[in-house]
Order: sequence, then structure tokens, then C-alpha cells
Amino acid sequence: MFNTASTTPEKILQMLAALLLFAAVLGIILFIAAKFGGRRGDKVVAWLYLLPTVLLLAVGLIYPGLRTIYESFFDAAGKNFIGLDNYGTIFTDKDQLTVLRNTVIWVVLVPFVATAIGLVYAILVDKSRFESFAKALIFLPMSISFVAAGVIWKFMYEYRPDQGNVKQIGLINQIIVWLGGKPQQLLIESPLNTFLLIVVMIWIQAGFAMTILSAAIKAIPDDIIEAARLDGVNAWSMFRKITLPSVQPTVVVVLTTIGIATLKVFDIVRTMTGGQFKTSVVANEFYSQTFRADNQGLGAALAVLLFILVIPIVAYNIRTLRRSEAS
Amino acid sequence: MTAATPVTTTPPLTPDKPTAASVAKKRLSSPWASLAAIVLAVLWTIPTFGLLVSSFRPERAIKTTGWWTFFSDPTVTMDNYKAVFGEDGGVNLASYFVNSLMICIPAVLIPMALATLAAYAFAWINFPGRNVLFIVVFALQIVPLQVTLIPLLEIFVNIDLTGTFWTLWISHSTFALPLAIYLLHNFMREIPSGLIEAARIDGAGHVSIFFKVMLPLLTPALAAFGIFQFLWVWNDLLVALVFAGGGDEVAPITLQLANLSGTRGTAWQLLSAGAFVSIVVPVVVFLLLQRYFVRGLLAGSVKG
Repeated sequence: MFNTASTTPEKILQMLAALLLFAAVLGIILFIAAKFGGRRGDKVVAWLYLLPTVLLLAVGLIYPGLRTIYESFFDAAGKNFIGLDNYGTIFTDKDQLTVLRNTVIWVVLVPFVATAIGLVYAILVDKSRFESFAKALIFLPMSISFVAAGVIWKFMYEYRPDQGNVKQIGLINQIIVWLGGKPQQLLIESPLNTFLLIVVMIWIQAGFAMTILSAAIKAIPDDIIEAARLDGVNAWSMFRKITLPSVQPTVVVVLTTIGIATLKVFDIVRTMTGGQFKTSVVANEFYSQTFRADNQGLGAALAVLLFILVIPIVAYNIRTLRRSEAS
Repeated sequence: MTAATPVTTTPPLTPDKPTAASVAKKRLSSPWASLAAIVLAVLWTIPTFGLLVSSFRPERAIKTTGWWTFFSDPTVTMDNYKAVFGEDGGVNLASYFVNSLMICIPAVLIPMALATLAAYAFAWINFPGRNVLFIVVFALQIVPLQVTLIPLLEIFVNIDLTGTFWTLWISHSTFALPLAIYLLHNFMREIPSGLIEAARIDGAGHVSIFFKVMLPLLTPALAAFGIFQFLWVWNDLLVALVFAGGGDEVAPITLQLANLSGTRGTAWQLLSAGAFVSIVVPVVVFLLLQRYFVRGLLAGSVKG
């Protein structure tokens, strides 16, 4: 049951066995909990209900997290303590600095562009006849994997050499040719390639921004809008003075959420360039250093850096929320 | 993963009263607004559409002409789909497809059940240390997966679980718990306490309250989380790479597609068909259950 299942019936059996085992564990927990009635048994019931969760989180998240922080102070083989050297490498090594630069570009561009597009689109299709269909079109990329999105866009960027009868098969290069330009090896030219990968993430995240912002727009109280309309406010000031301030707390949440997702972006870079041609970002470099370059220490330090970078964004988010709840 | 997102509720549509946006739009002279919306919609659809068309074109046609020429010279074939499912092409997507399903089902059901129990304890049972523990669970949402992967892999090696579905079931379930507990806890707190008190006075224990009062009310929240987690696990690459990277027997479809893109990056006949086979399940799930999915998004933002 704990071995590798290789045929489909074996796999299904193993899955069913796992689900049964899990159900049995739950059954035992509920059986014991049912014995403790009344208020006095509350403590026992609570801990029984929390037991599996606490165990999994302690072993699967808290211990590994602390362990990674510890390992980030060791060398490539994980044998010798080297203090902060790995962190030093991240901030001095030429390749690592490119990684940092790319990460900054990603985290600055993706949230703002995706949110702006999402907001504009939400306003444009609001209350239109095809609203739900129009939204589904933009939102659909959210449901597919980053890997599939990477394949879809790699095909858009595909390059064929500029000679004789060779025709372009990638739409972007074809458009360049139609406009009279020369086809480019789009994914190889740095820093252009980083921006082209960023387009993919914007393509995915705009739908998320649109959905959340659309709900916020619909929640603006009618009387405010009515009053502004009677005052004869024009479209632009309606947007600037009413729509934007009303959805502003939501915009912050959307920006930070996309920002965090962007920090962790890995699949897109790996699928489209493998982090080559100066396109790597922190999350991808973590994988490359740990598994390709066998540098456990540096990999751990990059993971910890990712963790550290997330904290201020979340802290800012919580503070904004508190303030908007207070007012 | 943002720790906290406000629950933005969507009021029922009132067609006769304009929203700020619709007024803004009307004043923007409608044709231009519509045109802009259409342009954006087309831009967003073209990349997927191009690859979809290509997946039905013959290999030679894909590699020598652009997919847009399909409309002047339409030739349709199913060969690419046969090739990605066939054993001899070396792609063998059918078996990876099964793996993805095998990974997803327990990886959705297990955290769902555990989180419901835990959220119930946090929401409705008084016990010492409740607030501290809840804050810890809440805060764990921000831990990036990357931080946990290597030590977790070492644990799996030590207990000899590597190369099995167990690694993926356990890790996906664990990673899902903080967000799931947070979502379900928020939902449970909105259930009027009178309901629970009344049941307690009638002599019901926590187990029967849990099953008879809570579970029926929780269906929409569970559906939202379930879809969320299903899409997340089905679309995951990183966790699969780390824990199932070596063995084809447990690798999900995303991993095979990523490998294909890396090793046979110009085999567009395989990549296009393969991409769509991997997309079809999440897209169908999404289209059928969009309502719940959007609700889940609004309540809890994205994890990652």
C-alpha cells in the first residue's frame, strides 16, 4: 500500500485504500469525541478535532520552514557552516543580481498592469448584455495551468529564420513581418524576453483582478451614483471621484495578492526559457540551485529570501484592511 | 498568499439603477467602450485559440505555415491527439492523466475534511490557547512552499515514501490547510450561534452538531474550497517536480507537458494537443462551477 503503484487498477486501489485509511482515522477521532459530552468535554473534543491538522502543519510546514532557514547558513553540500555567505552571494554575484533585477521588474509590472487592465475591463463590460460571457473570456486563463499557459505563449513567440520561403508560425513574429520588420528570436534576447514572460503572467492575473474589482464596483451604493449623476458629473470624474475611491481598498488587496503570486512565479519561467538567457527569477533560481546546481545552501537562502519578501506585502495588506475596517 | 481579504459581497443586480461604472461607460460614448472591450477580449482569446486550431492541423502544416492560414486552407486531423495518447509516441498522456486524477481526489478530500473539523473547533468550541493557535494557523498562509520542500523531501526519503502518491497527497493536503481553515472558519462564524446553542440545550454533543447542523450549511463553502484546491493541485508543477520528478508512475500531466516542452520544444503537433488535454479538465470544472469558484476567490484570494 505504501509502494509505488504502476498500473491503473493498482493506482485506483491504492487511492481507495488511502481514502479508507483516512476515513478510519476520522472515524476513530469522531468516535472518541462523541464520548465526551457536555461543556466539560469541550477541551478534549477541540484537541481531537485539531490533532491531525496540528500534526500535519507541525511536520509539513513549521519544521521544514525552520529547517530551511537553518540550512541557508550552510555551504553547497550542507556540511560546513558559512554564516551569511549565501545571502552575500545573492546580493553580489553577477548572475544572482540579474535574478534579483528580474524579480523586481516582475513584481513591479505584473500587479499594476494586470490590475489596471482588470479594472478597465470590469468597468467596460459592467451591465452590458454579454457581461458574463465577456468576463469568462478574460477569466478563463486563470483556470489553466501556468505550464499550459507557457506552452500557449511559447507558440505565440515562436521564431522561424528569416530566409527564402520560410514562413513564420508564431503570431507575434508574423505581425512583425507584416509590419515590415525582421523576425526576432524573441525569447532569447535579453532584456526583452523577461518582458515577454511578464506578459504571460499579466494575461493570467488580469482575470483575477477583474473578478474581484467587478464585485467591488457592483457594491458601490446606488444613492452616491444617483447623486453624482444628478449633479451632471462627467464620465472621467465619475471614475476618478466615485468609482476609484470606492474600490480603492479592494485595489490594494488585488495588487498585493497578485504581487505575492508573482514573487513565487516559477512554472512560466521554467516552461518557456528554463531560466536561461537571463530570465531567471528568485523562485526559479531556488529550484535550479537546489536541484540542478546541487547548491543546497544557496537554494535554501533563496527560499528564505522569498519568505522575507512576502512579509512586508502581507503586513501592508493587513494594515490597510485594519484601517478600512476602522473607518 | 494574502493573509486577509475582505469578503466582498455581490449585491443582487438591479437593472434599473445604474452603477458608477455603467454611468461612466455611458458617458464614454458607448461604441468606443464596446470596441475597447471587444479588442481586449479578442487579445485575451487569440493565444489559446491559435494553439487550439493548431492542435487539429497536420504536423507538416503546423510547422510550415501559421495557424491563421487554416481559414484559407482548412485541413483537420485528429492525428495529434492520437499521437499524444498513443504508447509509441513516447508521450503517453493517458497514463499521466490518470495520475493527475489519482493525485487530485485525495488531495482535495483530505484537507477539506480536516479543515472542516479544525475550523469547527476554532469557531465553536472554547478551549485554552484557541486564539494563539488560530493566529499561528492564519499566519502559516504566507509561508511560501519553496521554504518547506527540501526538508519535507528528506522526511519522505527517510520514511521511504518517495516515488509514491503518498508524498503528493500528504504535501498538498498540508499546504492547503491554513487557507482552508481560514475560509471555513470565516464561513462558520456567520452561522447564528442560536442554532448551536439550541442544539446543545437539546443535549447534542459536538459530533452530532457538527454533522446535523454545520455540514448541511457548509456546502457552498466546501464547494468553493474544493474547486479551488482541485484547480490548484491539477495545475501544480513545483510540488510534483520535487516529489514525483523521478517517477513516471506518479507524475501528473503538467509535469509531462513541461518535460515535453523542455525536450521536444519544437514538436508543436504534440505540444498543442498535449496542452489541450491538460487544460480540458480544469476548464470544464471552471465553466460548470464558475459561481462557486468566484465566490471562493472573493472570500479568500489566491494561494500559492
